[in-house]
Amino acid sequence: MEKIKTDNSRRAFLKASALVGGGLMIHFSGLAKLAMPTNNGEIEAAVQWSEINGYVKITPDNLVKIICPNPEFGQNVMTSLPMIVAEELEVEWNKVVVEMGPHDNVKLGPQFTGGSNSMRMYWRPLREAGATARNMLMQAAAESWAVPIAEITTKGGVLYHEKSGKKGKYGDFASKAATIPVPKGVKLKEVKDFNVVRNSQKNVEGSKIVSGKPLFGLDYKHEGMLIAMIQHPPAFGMKLKSFDASQALKMPGIKDIFSLKLYEDGFEQGGFDVRTFNDLLVVVGETTWEVMNARKKLLVEWMPAGDTKDTMAGRSGGRQVIVPGTLENTTDQYAKMLENAAKPAQQLRKDGDPETAFKNAAQVIERTYTAPFLAHNCMEPMNFFAYVTDEKALLVGPLQAPGWTEPTLSKVLKLPADKIEIQMTRMGGGFGRRAYGHYLVEAALISRKAKAPIKLIYSREDDTTYGIYRPMYTATYRAALDSNKNLMAFHVKGGGIPEHAIHANRFPAGAVDNYLAEGWQIPSNITIGAFRAPRSNFNAAAEQSFLDELAEAMDKDPIDFRLELLKRAKENPVGKNNEYDADRYAGVLKLIKEKSDWNGADHKKYNRGVAAYFCHNSYAAHVVDMIMKDGEPYVERVFSAIDCGIVINPDAATNMVQGAVVDGIGNSLYGGLTHKNGVVEENNFHKYRIIRMHEAPKKIEVFFVQNDIDPTGLGEPPFPPVFGAVANALHKATGKRFYQQPFALPQTNAGSV
Amino acid sequence: MITLNINKKNYKVDADPNTPLLWVLRDIIGLVGTKYGCGVAQCGACTVHLDGEAVRSCVTKISRAQGKKVVTIEGLSESNNHPLQKAWLELDVSQCGYCQAGQIMSAAVLLKENKNPTDEDINDAMAGNICRCGTYLRIREAIQLAAKEQQKV
Repeated sequence: MEKIKTDNSRRAFLKASALVGGGLMIHFSGLAKLAMPTNNGEIEAAVQWSEINGYVKITPDNLVKIICPNPEFGQNVMTSLPMIVAEELEVEWNKVVVEMGPHDNVKLGPQFTGGSNSMRMYWRPLREAGATARNMLMQAAAESWAVPIAEITTKGGVLYHEKSGKKGKYGDFASKAATIPVPKGVKLKEVKDFNVVRNSQKNVEGSKIVSGKPLFGLDYKHEGMLIAMIQHPPAFGMKLKSFDASQALKMPGIKDIFSLKLYEDGFEQGGFDVRTFNDLLVVVGETTWEVMNARKKLLVEWMPAGDTKDTMAGRSGGRQVIVPGTLENTTDQYAKMLENAAKPAQQLRKDGDPETAFKNAAQVIERTYTAPFLAHNCMEPMNFFAYVTDEKALLVGPLQAPGWTEPTLSKVLKLPADKIEIQMTRMGGGFGRRAYGHYLVEAALISRKAKAPIKLIYSREDDTTYGIYRPMYTATYRAALDSNKNLMAFHVKGGGIPEHAIHANRFPAGAVDNYLAEGWQIPSNITIGAFRAPRSNFNAAAEQSFLDELAEAMDKDPIDFRLELLKRAKENPVGKNNEYDADRYAGVLKLIKEKSDWNGADHKKYNRGVAAYFCHNSYAAHVVDMIMKDGEPYVERVFSAIDCGIVINPDAATNMVQGAVVDGIGNSLYGGLTHKNGVVEENNFHKYRIIRMHEAPKKIEVFFVQNDIDPTGLGEPPFPPVFGAVANALHKATGKRFYQQPFALPQTNAGSV
Repeated sequence: MITLNINKKNYKVDADPNTPLLWVLRDIIGLVGTKYGCGVAQCGACTVHLDGEAVRSCVTKISRAQGKKVVTIEGLSESNNHPLQKAWLELDVSQCGYCQAGQIMSAAVLLKENKNPTDEDINDAMAGNICRCGTYLRIREAIQLAAKEQQKV
């Protein structure tokens, strides 16, 4: 058998990430952790990098390397974060080499990709890193030339002293600069002087992507690496009883089959330690196909798990949580939600006297909205490489939150953090799913037990049916109108399995005198977690549909109605802790009204729906233009207005918004995961409908509010309001209101009783 | 032993003839540009060319590929200069990038057979390729751009 290895070996990986020159590092994280010992002699001889700080390395030949701290899952941080450094460092962007950093939160900060936080978290630190490195290079030049630093200027990676006519490349001074004590309080550039940031720069990995270079976790190879897969219970609420591996072990390429326990009893789980099953049945073999085939030969007996206990970490020690053993059915889940919605719930916020207002109302409008569980469906299924011995652990693959996973690995493997090396590959999608690092822990334990480097791979079916899903939600909205159709009171009561979605302090809180928000939840064994704009992705659908219906009942234009509420929230806000900035919220609505030509006569062919939402510190509004095509709704055109402060990389940001719009249309119309006796029914893409090319709009025009506010998130904020805009356009297209997601399915929820 | 001609090179592979081409490419030969997405020909991430036709390598047994010419993303062009690859970069199509090799391989067959595709033609030809990031608009635009570039030559 001729096996040809790629060069994507451990050695090649190290070579690419090795650093020499020691130098100084700037860090802004208080977390103490030893730097990773990664060097070996052969590598050290390769290139002389002077590390000016954790983000900047320069060679004597004037190669400038900028390190990206945050894992890349398509949000383009590998380009946009280094752009920020390059801006302040004053180097030519097209000559910069960008490299993904290893997990090292001393040198590289929190390294968390999620919560639309990368820009917000790194904007200032990366500007400081770039400016400080530039200052150190200027100091080095000033000393060498014996001139005052104030007389040194820089441009495009070159230092100048105009008076003497001296000039030199950064590379000439890099090793000297690396020995200079790190200055504090270096002045940052004026926003008006930016020439890298706010200019569209191409994806630094674009060319590797289109030529099929190994970039992703699934592409990673290591000498002697075996493939591992987990045979998980067929249903939520089941567990492993016994297994007979004798036939499977005889299959070609199979090395080992065993069961293992992920967390020991009483293990205190942090918020991101969610895992679907704790007893794992593992098949290890030489190739993926061989392992997949051997799985079919396993004889396994599963049994009901019954109610089980999980221990959740808390400030005052572990807290025990009962996980019910029910084999859930989707019809029962909906019935249970309806039943619970009628019961008293936890009050989350109350302004004024909503009870009296509702009692005295001339008209009460009440509508109930529902949404199903959603699977993330990352195109690259969950996977991770692990090589764990008694002394140390190497883990390589796609994940969003190395800093949260490492402490868990350390506890489970009983290894100190400095013996655990995590390298992040490019991720084939994330959407929140890869913030839950259980699959690293699984890979690590499998490697240790198999005594071999292994890559754990989830099949598509494993990935879909063994997920950390977006919860199932419902919310009932009520509005009280007086006889003049003025809004007197607003009430939202939300629930979900296993948690509700209510953000009590978000709009329209603050804009209505009498306001009540309540929440309730139903425990479940279906595992849930963050999914692109958690909670907001449901609220924006329900709340924004309700506001649309309310505007209609009040004979008001839906945009004007929202603007009226926002005016009230700005001029005379009700209550405290209103999370949003009413001006910026109104800003995106005004911009979308203008750009979509909202009241224009030229759009008669379309059924227009509008929605806006605030989440993750940014504001988004969309107008979707829908037609009916072959009996199905088709969103042909979309206008989007976004306020996320300074837009770092405009074309990439536009791409991100366009993607979020497509994702929102797809998930609102088609997305959904159902259960039958605990079994996930949609186990692959033939059953789980994902939006495809012909269902994507012809045009999505994106407009950014121009301001100089420090950048906030963009990965999530444009996503939620798409759901509301689609629902509102559907009303125009069909004359009916849609209360139940996914909207393309027959509607059984009438919205009101 | 099965001989496979991949990107103009012969490989002798000792694997079960029923093994999907995808896994031979990825696990045995080491050409990992072709991606695993679903395993059931539903997502198109594993698209390769078999004698010039776009096939889903996850359901294409190597016995079927024997004696035919296989082209993967790694062999699409000499130096990343296929009009589609250039258009993809020009329009900065990719987000996560995982599906894009499959998208390009599907689009390459479309452009070979239809020099001047309409948006409808593109929608039809590309319906089997999922992009979870939602870059469809740019993919469509890139195919149009590549078609124009191709006609200039």
